[in-house]
Amino acid sequence: MTGDRAPEPGDVAVVACAQTAHRRRTDDLSEVEMLMPVLHEVLESTGLTTADIGFTCSGSSDYLAGRPFSFTMALDGVGAWPPIAESHVEMDGAWALYEAWVKILAGEADTALVYAYGTSSSGSVRDVLTRQLDPYYVAPLWPDAVALAALQAQALLDAGHADEPALAAVAARSRQAALGNPHAQLRGARPQGEYLVRPLRTGDCPPIGDGAVAVVLAAGDRARDLCERPAWIRGMDHRAEAHSLGVRDLTDSPSTRLAAEHAGAFERPVDTAELHAPFTSQEVVLRRALRLDDSVDVNPSGGALAANPVMATGLVRVADAAARVHRGDSRRALAHATSGPCLQQNLVAVLEGDARA
Amino acid sequence: MPDVLSASMVVEFPFTRSLGPVQSAFLTGLRERTVLGVRTTAGTVLVPPVEYDPRTAEEIRDLVEVAATGTVTTWAWNPAPRRGQPLATPFAWVLVRLDGADTALLHALDAPGPEAVRTGLRVRVRWAADRTGAITDIACFEPDEGSTPGHRARPHSGEFAGEAVTGIVAPARLDYTYTPGRAQSAYLAALAEHRVVGERCPRCRKVYVPPRGACPTCGVATAERVEVGPRGTVTTFCVVNIKAKNAMNDAIEVPYVYAHIALDGADLPLHGRIGGIPYDRVRMGLRVEPVWPGPGAGRHPDHYRPTGEPDADYDTYKELL
Repeated sequence: MTGDRAPEPGDVAVVACAQTAHRRRTDDLSEVEMLMPVLHEVLESTGLTTADIGFTCSGSSDYLAGRPFSFTMALDGVGAWPPIAESHVEMDGAWALYEAWVKILAGEADTALVYAYGTSSSGSVRDVLTRQLDPYYVAPLWPDAVALAALQAQALLDAGHADEPALAAVAARSRQAALGNPHAQLRGARPQGEYLVRPLRTGDCPPIGDGAVAVVLAAGDRARDLCERPAWIRGMDHRAEAHSLGVRDLTDSPSTRLAAEHAGAFERPVDTAELHAPFTSQEVVLRRALRLDDSVDVNPSGGALAANPVMATGLVRVADAAARVHRGDSRRALAHATSGPCLQQNLVAVLEGDARA
Repeated sequence: MPDVLSASMVVEFPFTRSLGPVQSAFLTGLRERTVLGVRTTAGTVLVPPVEYDPRTAEEIRDLVEVAATGTVTTWAWNPAPRRGQPLATPFAWVLVRLDGADTALLHALDAPGPEAVRTGLRVRVRWAADRTGAITDIACFEPDEGSTPGHRARPHSGEFAGEAVTGIVAPARLDYTYTPGRAQSAYLAALAEHRVVGERCPRCRKVYVPPRGACPTCGVATAERVEVGPRGTVTTFCVVNIKAKNAMNDAIEVPYVYAHIALDGADLPLHGRIGGIPYDRVRMGLRVEPVWPGPGAGRHPDHYRPTGEPDADYDTYKELL
């Protein structure tokens, strides 16, 4: 359905979320078999059907499982007949959310289904992610995702912004928090372990696993009809930095800060932040960039250190933040997603519940 | 439920990429054991050099030569090198700011152990013995404690003796374990017994072969298994006149017919090659049956051949075109 007028900015909300229990392997399921229950759950919780949805957008990468056009197979789980308005990004699903949000703000839809999935278990995700790097000067050296994060972590240690015990504390707090998250893959304390790539130990790195997430967006009164306490997206923005690691200050994330400014994150304090930080050191960088102090509940879900279905992890941050607003556990939450090596590209969304009497 | 199948799968491809003028000069320079950078209009020297200023997006062409010595700006010790990485023994990943440059280059540092590496360490390029005009012409860096910074970037024409490098071929290989999931595992298990088993949508009642676990029209799981075929009807076809390049199809002479085949009981045609009949006698409505492969030749039918039955009436398959 196409609305005849565009909603006001800030008048689009996440009205429903669903995600899988993220697992180390899903050999028993194809990607559509993994995704479909999540799509059904998110639609059933709003009472909508595929035919009611104005726009559908997904995020995934064929490289993860080595399956060409896997997103078209995943679309089988949506039921795209009669033909639907649909799009896909070869990025984390948070960027699919951004596209859907813009589509609604443009008045071209009043509801959207956004989903993302990742099957990291099929390949070697550390190596797969090297294929996103500069193909001339960097990719031929095969620097894996952990190695690049470790270079960033060492820069952070050299700058005095963290030490190894501080990184271990991030890991411990994340997995402790994940005890309260039934979807998380690593729940509860884990040993920090040996260096995987020094200074990062196994405990500083995310688990490898598979999973899927879906959310429904709706505008204005439609959102109020579909959800008792909509999580209104008050602002959302994303910014990218130079691709070359050697021109960036790896201890800072100016793109995150700029995206947060444009999303309105600094206008009033948030009570919750779901940060997409697959490595402990990246949480330190993001907390500084976003000026989050101890009054903010950071990654109450356990974050990417507790479950990292690549290509879905960022959208999971939005879903987890929105779910807290839905439950009344948060009045104003920040959700962050990242893409590329060492936090190269960052998205920030600000979600709010209606003020309560 | 049958056991879930899995198989190893290698995706391997050489990327052939052309170079812009700055990249070409840089990689030609590496072949000639010279490191070039590019100066932005703000005066910053970028190494490795790029075609456009990462800050202003201006086209930049002002090439300079920097030293083959430099300083580590950050590092990470890699105890277990992976395939394709610059060294096969434990090494440090480093970002190195070469003397004369303002930005850092990513590469490997050959050092005896992590205790020998620190930020601020002086290092020099170790050139590869065979150089072709690629980033791997730098074999790695090695410690160079005696050297001092202070080299300044000098203007360079970007021209070298010998032909300029204008492209690179970057091989890529990724290894996967392919698992087809519940529906396709069951389909493949049945094929091994020369049976074709599809799945029926609980909502629209269509039978999908091969099944993929979901009805693409209704968006619901298909679970009810239905044996179909093995005979079927050619619904449409084409004549292939160009011999396929891959070895798997080497034994197949052209022209041959590739057809959509609606197996009896299926609501979606699958496709296969038609054999056992001259290519110019294949027609819509032709009744066919699978010819199963010999031992070790996989599970899927090798091709389909005529059954000898009268042709199917158009009305029986017109909805499946």
